[in-house]
Amino acid sequence: MTEHDNISKRDIVLELKDLHKSFGDNHVLNGFNMQLFQGENLVIMGKSGSGKSVMIKCLVGLMEADSGTISLMHNDITKLDQEALDILRADIGFLFQGSALYDSMTVRENLEFPLRRHTKKFGEHIDTEIMVIEALENVGLASAIDLMPSELSGGMKRRVALARTLILQPKIILYDEPTSGLDPITAKEIIILMQDIQKKYGTSSLIITHDVDCARVISDRMILLIDGIDYAVGTYAELSASTDPKIKAFFKH
Amino acid sequence: MLGFKNIIKQLKSFLIEIGELSIFAVRYFKEAFKSPFEFKELLRQCYNMGNRSLLLVGITGFIIGLVLTLQTRPTLMEFGAVSWMPSMVSISIVREIGPIITALVCAGRIGSGIGAELGSMRVTEQIDAMEVSGTNPFKYLVVTRVLATTLMLPLLVIIGDVIAIYGSYLVENIKGNVSFMLYFNQVFDALEFGDILPATIKSFFFGFAIGIVGCFKGYHCKKGTEGVGKAANSAVVFTSLLLFIIDFIAVFVTDIFYDL
Repeated sequence: MTEHDNISKRDIVLELKDLHKSFGDNHVLNGFNMQLFQGENLVIMGKSGSGKSVMIKCLVGLMEADSGTISLMHNDITKLDQEALDILRADIGFLFQGSALYDSMTVRENLEFPLRRHTKKFGEHIDTEIMVIEALENVGLASAIDLMPSELSGGMKRRVALARTLILQPKIILYDEPTSGLDPITAKEIIILMQDIQKKYGTSSLIITHDVDCARVISDRMILLIDGIDYAVGTYAELSASTDPKIKAFFKH
Repeated sequence: MLGFKNIIKQLKSFLIEIGELSIFAVRYFKEAFKSPFEFKELLRQCYNMGNRSLLLVGITGFIIGLVLTLQTRPTLMEFGAVSWMPSMVSISIVREIGPIITALVCAGRIGSGIGAELGSMRVTEQIDAMEVSGTNPFKYLVVTRVLATTLMLPLLVIIGDVIAIYGSYLVENIKGNVSFMLYFNQVFDALEFGDILPATIKSFFFGFAIGIVGCFKGYHCKKGTEGVGKAANSAVVFTSLLLFIIDFIAVFVTDIFYDL
């Protein structure tokens, strides 16, 4: 029995069915389907402008899909009211492409910010200081606690953003191009960090990327998003061995 | 023909923008009265806007007071009416010049700042990050800023008015040897409740306009750094236009009440 078979027996934590999204005449998603299993690292690859970021934004309710269902931990998010969606969001971490740290806040305040709306999850008497330090230690940046984002390098910003994502102890982490804009060494550090986090917390990860090296190292399974659909699904080894020209184009070096 | 089509197109986009701004304002009123209330952020914004604009408003007010007195004095002297100077200056500053000049200065200082800040946050996905973390960004960013400008502008107008009248007194003191007591006695004799109240109410609307337009432009900023620049720039242009429209309406309404 392969690792792939083992994963597919686990609980489904995230499922998209027949997702459609258009911007005027530009049909970005044309019936996209995917399933993310508990504890899995699923990589979605696609060309720039193929709709990866649109899909991930629909997933967390930042954009509204035209049609289709989005099931997050067995909740159809298209049917949730704002409050229920906000509560559900405490279990979902989102690492943005450009880190998206709040410029006007220190690293400490950036990490404390998500906690203020989710006191119910941790109880009223949470010690934010301990949680902030623990999250920063996870990414090896405890010393940067009082720095402003403008004082951090690109790699440090990405790690602080990852710490901010981790502080709510999410069950699912969505990574939008986690290594884009980073040099190869820093990108590798981020990938290792992502693997460590997955091992430590047993989170399920959905990783949007067009970095083949990142996909090779981290993916349990991959989906190729081509022409707005889940064109091909499989492990890195399966897809990289494909003879389909559209699939082969992704793995050319 | 092409020019006419262009005017129609611009008018259409202007009206669409007015419609979108109105929807944005309605959302503001809906969100402003719903909990949770962001008191800490509101106080921070009040401090930032008030404190950082104080010097600019003070200097502008002082210069306006000086210039107004210097330019009016020769004419009043010609008619032997220089003793009317404190009344003339105080009424014109309190009723009109003080609020509109302070509002225009704040539109440039605060409105553009809000437009650029929120625009930059939109472009760098900070607003999205806030939403994903379960915080309502509209409430945290927009409601607090609009409320802060609405509350702080009347205060800035009052400070600007006092400094402008003091600037006028300095000119009168130097040129006409008028004492502080005499000048300000005449100022308080001339000013009535009907001068101060409409101007103060008008200032609240000015503050609201500065905040809501700045937030609207920034919140709906198009992608890219060019979008941030445009958001900041159009926040100032649009607010300035809106301030004069509000001013006209306010004067018109006040005039109706005076006639009653």
